[in-house]
This record gives sequence, structure tokens and C-alpha cells, in this order.
Amino acid sequence: MKQKHLVLAVLVIILSMLPVSGAMAADIYKIGGIFSVTGRASFLGDPEKKTMEMMVEQINAAGGIDGHMLEAVIYDSEGDPAKAVSAVNKLIHKDKVIAIIGPSTTPTTLAVVNFTKRAKVPLISCAAGIKITTPVDPWVFKTAQSDLLAVAAVYQQMKAAGIKKIGILTVSNAYGESGKKQLLGQAEKFGIQVVLNESFGAKDTDTTPQLAKIKAAGPDAIVCWGTNPGPAVVAKNAKQLKIDIPLYQSHGVGSPKFIELAGDAANGNILPTGKILVTSLLDDSDPQKKVLEDYQKAYQNKFSGNVSGFGGYAYDAVNLLAGALKGSSGDKGKIRDNLEATKGYVGATGEFNLTPQDHNGLSPDAFVMVEIKNGTWTLLK
Amino acid sequence: MQEIVQYLFSGITTGAVYAVIAVGLSMLYSSTELINFAHGEFVMIGALAMVTLWVRLGLPLPLAVAGAVAAGCVLGLVFERLAIRTARNPEPITLIIITVGAGIFLKGAAMIVWGKDPFSMPSFSSHESIEIFGAALLPQSIWIVTAALVLAGGIHLFLKQTLTGKAMVACAVNKKAAWLSGIPSEKMGILAFGISAGCGAVAGIFIAPITMSSYDMGTILGLKGFCAAMIGGLGSLWGAFAGGLLLGILESLGAGLISSGLKDAIAFVLLLLILYIRPGGLFAAKEAKRF
Repeated sequence: MKQKHLVLAVLVIILSMLPVSGAMAADIYKIGGIFSVTGRASFLGDPEKKTMEMMVEQINAAGGIDGHMLEAVIYDSEGDPAKAVSAVNKLIHKDKVIAIIGPSTTPTTLAVVNFTKRAKVPLISCAAGIKITTPVDPWVFKTAQSDLLAVAAVYQQMKAAGIKKIGILTVSNAYGESGKKQLLGQAEKFGIQVVLNESFGAKDTDTTPQLAKIKAAGPDAIVCWGTNPGPAVVAKNAKQLKIDIPLYQSHGVGSPKFIELAGDAANGNILPTGKILVTSLLDDSDPQKKVLEDYQKAYQNKFSGNVSGFGGYAYDAVNLLAGALKGSSGDKGKIRDNLEATKGYVGATGEFNLTPQDHNGLSPDAFVMVEIKNGTWTLLK
Repeated sequence: MQEIVQYLFSGITTGAVYAVIAVGLSMLYSSTELINFAHGEFVMIGALAMVTLWVRLGLPLPLAVAGAVAAGCVLGLVFERLAIRTARNPEPITLIIITVGAGIFLKGAAMIVWGKDPFSMPSFSSHESIEIFGAALLPQSIWIVTAALVLAGGIHLFLKQTLTGKAMVACAVNKKAAWLSGIPSEKMGILAFGISAGCGAVAGIFIAPITMSSYDMGTILGLKGFCAAMIGGLGSLWGAFAGGLLLGILESLGAGLISSGLKDAIAFVLLLLILYIRPGGLFAAKEAKRF
């Protein structure tokens, strides 16, 4: 009998030493984050993680949500779908989070949505792929603008500029394929004819054959759809071939890095981009201007380096979630309902109006068209 | 017509780069019977060293080129000393796997040193592109082709005219017999490593201005160089050179005339065909003969 008492005593001691007591845990809202902090897509995940940490800190400093503090549990997916899946399982089963922000890329997001759906945990992705929110799933949201809107913004501008025939050159990966689909699919609606569609490899060192072929087809403009560094090679090659028709790029190159890579050849390129890149050029009447300035100031005070649109996706995701957490008392179903009912939230990416049919909630005016002139961005009206 | 000329220009430029890579691979294979799958990483090292020396530090061009080549050579020697010579059981397959691993290591190390972002570099000479038959020829293309010819010619002369070169050929033909006649075959192997890595670096240096250099650029270039060397016949200097040019031109014509999505596939389909039909390579007389 004595031994049994001893075992009991030891058990009690061990239990009392465990860190988190039940009563305290209920007071904290645990939210998860999955970002590609390292690896190829680190340019997305790194600012997103920093932004999420900064936002959670800000919210807690202001007294939390309905008196509940937030705790962010963030895992690195390294841009790898398999690692994203193991991260999402840890978040759902071990950390028991009430909502998840991320992942950063479309492939990693598509890999995890089945798990969050099954566990009924709201997910707000920071990736752009249109497949994430079409068809709409009740538990899946996203903050990044889709290719659909980017292409619409490009075509609107082309229509205004009187461009009728285009040649397209897309990178042969998921980003380029999705862009190509949108470019081909929406062309007719804007009265634009695609005379030739070509592709290039993400690591190609030379795209002159494709450009020469497009040039020979005689379009009014060329659209290149890819992420760095490929489009910079295209811009350089186009200049070397003395192609003098306008070159349109995608929002995937909307960063100062593109200008640095393409150098002189970047001048004259036209692209859609989130407003964050051109905050200082925006009209004062633009409701997003103040949001963006605040975000930039806070980010630059805390971290070195410039803000990017990618950090903005996480900024909006945290804000949308914070809004939805209000009055939810941590119930996942209620958080989901609140998210879906969000109206008129002005964020870094655009104005969000979510509905049961649209879990992205942005319109083409989340993009502005810019032209690169003398190595810097200028707004096109 | 105008496009065909453009495809050819583009193909010859890319082909010359493949040729230089293939020559380095082929050279090493003749002397050591080793296929170095880390070879592409030396191309990357050459390009990134050039970024540091020329763009960042602002050294004069010839000095920067020499420095980048030297960096490649030295790294090749270190690679031989640390990764290859220490292998306890030097079966060819073991060594090949070691080169694969070393390649991944080099790539990771470069990622830490230079970061993940790609770099851009201006052309060696700031001339406008030249128009021939309505097609644009880049000045950098002329640089690349010249460099490839000079390099291959130099290696040719070295092997045929100098005592060291002849000793290397002797080692390649029959290592034991060469050793018996007093040629230090081990030293020849080390020398081959240095020259081979240097060739890789040269390819990187000259390709850097027309493309973007980043830590992960080497792998695909190394594979293309391997294809080129196989097409021309592994172990033959001019065969590898011709294989490189042929591969570049076919890729470019394929991308232009058939579909740009097939660009990479062309190289590997060609490699498979060669392996099936003429395992010794297109330019080998009967069987794989060296030099």
C-alpha cells in the first residue's frame, strides 16, 4: 500500500509541474501560421511570418480580442507540400489552434486544405492561385489577389490603349500555366486576340527563340507571365532583339528586385501590381493609402528591409481573422461565419467584401497598372 | 528566314556554353573515368564569383575573370582532395554518388554565401546588338563563342604539344603503363580536376551577363553539358565541343519551330536516342575511344 501512495504522490508532483494549467489556456486564442520561411519561396514566407508576429504583438499590446490574448504558432513549410501537411497536422492535433493563416504558395495550400476542411478549422491562405477559392469551400479563404483579377486589370489597360493582338510568353510552372489559362480565357471578353502563345522554363538562360517567333507573328504587345528571374531574362532579350512593341509583365515581378535584375531593359515594361509598391504615388483620397503607410511604418520600425505585397497578404489575413474572432468566444464555426460576413474591410491588398460565393472578396481595382520609367515605378491612369 | 537566323544565333550562343561545360566534363572523364555530376556547380561558382569580383568589388574585367577562373580551379582541387580522394572504396559508382552529394553541398554553401536571390550582370562590352539578315546578334554571344574556341583550342594544344599534356593523354590511354613509364598518374588526375573545374567556371563567367546568376543555376546546366558530352562521345575533346553546339542549336530550333515547351525535353530525348543507337557518341569512330 505504501508503494501505491508513493506513486500517487509522484504523479501529483509531476502534474503540478506541467506548465499550462487548464484555466489559463482557455483565455488564450491560439492561431496557427504556415509560411515558406526558407527555401525557394522564402521571399513570400519570410515577410508573411514577420508580419503575422508583428500584428499579433500589436493586437496583444492593445488588450487582445474581447480580453483574450492571441498566441501565434508558426511553422516553416519550406515551400514543400509534404512539410506543409505535417505542419497542418501538428497545428490541428497538437497545438489545437482555432484558425490557420497561410500557407504561402498555391501548391502548399492545395495540399493542406483537405486536412483543415476535415477538422473544420478556418484557413486563410496567403497564396494567389485561383483554385484555392474556386469552387468555394466553406472553410477556405484567401487574401492574395487572383490571376483572374490581374489579367482583367492588364486587359482593361490594353483595351484603353487600343491594343488588339497580343503574343503571350508564360513560364512553364503552375504560376505560368494559371496565368496562361486566364490570359486565353478572358481575351475574347476584352476584344483581344492572342496570336501566339509560347512558354519558357523557369531557369532558362535565353528566350530569344520564343521572342523572335512572337515578333514574327506581329502582335501589338507581348505579355510575359512569370516570377523572377525569368521575366527579367525576357525583358533583356526583348531589348536585345530591338522589339519595340510594349512588353507587359505579371504582378509576379512587382518588386524592386525585377528592376535590379533587368536593369535598363525594365524601362517601358507595364505591369499590374498591388498598391503597396506605389503607396507614395497613390491619391490621398485612396482609402488604402493610410492603411499601407501605417503598415509600412510599423514594419520598418521592427524589421530592416522594405515591405512587400506578400507581407500585406499576411497583414490582411491577421486583420480579417482578428475581426472574425470578435464575439466568437473561440468557436471555430462562429469564426468562419464571421469571416464570410466581412464587408468593407480596407486592407493592404484591397477592399475585401466576402460573401458565401466569394471567399477572396477583392475586385480588379485591388490592382493598379504601373509602368517602369527611369528605373522606378510610375502609375498609369 | 529572319527567325531561322535568330534561332541559329541563339542556339550557337547557348551551344557554345554547353560546349565549354561538356569539354570540362569530358576532360575529367578521360583522365579519371569519373563523371562529375557536381560539374554544373562549378559553372555556378564561376558566375557568382564573377558577380562578387566584378560587380561588387569593381575589379577590372581581366582581373575579375582570372580571379573567378582561379576560384573555380582551387575549388575543384579542394573538391578532389576532400571529397574524391578520401573515398575508401573508389568504385566508379561510389565516386559518382559522391559527386552528386558534393554538388548538393556546393549548392547549399553558395546559397548561404550569396543568398537566394538571383544576380544580374552587365555585358562585357557595351555595344549595341548587331543586325545580320534582320536578326540580332549580341556582342556577348561573340564573347562566348570566342571564349569557347580559345578554351578548346588551348586544351587541344596543351594535350598535343606539351609534355604534361602528353603525359595526361598517356594516363588516359593506359594508367598502369603510364605509371610504369614514370608518369605520376595521381598528379595527372588532380590536374585534370583543376582544369575541368576551371572550364566550368569559364562557362559560368561568360554566360552570367546574358542570364541571371543564382545558387541553383548549375544543376540544369551541368546536365545539359553532360548530354552534350554524351552526344559527342564522352572523352573526346572536339566531340564534346561539337555535341554542345549541336545541342544548343537543336534546342533553339526546336523551341522556335516546334514548341518552346519542348526545349528541355529535346536535350534528354536526344541523350536517350544516342545511348540507344550510338552509345559511343556521334563522333566516336567505333567504340568510345579517348582523345
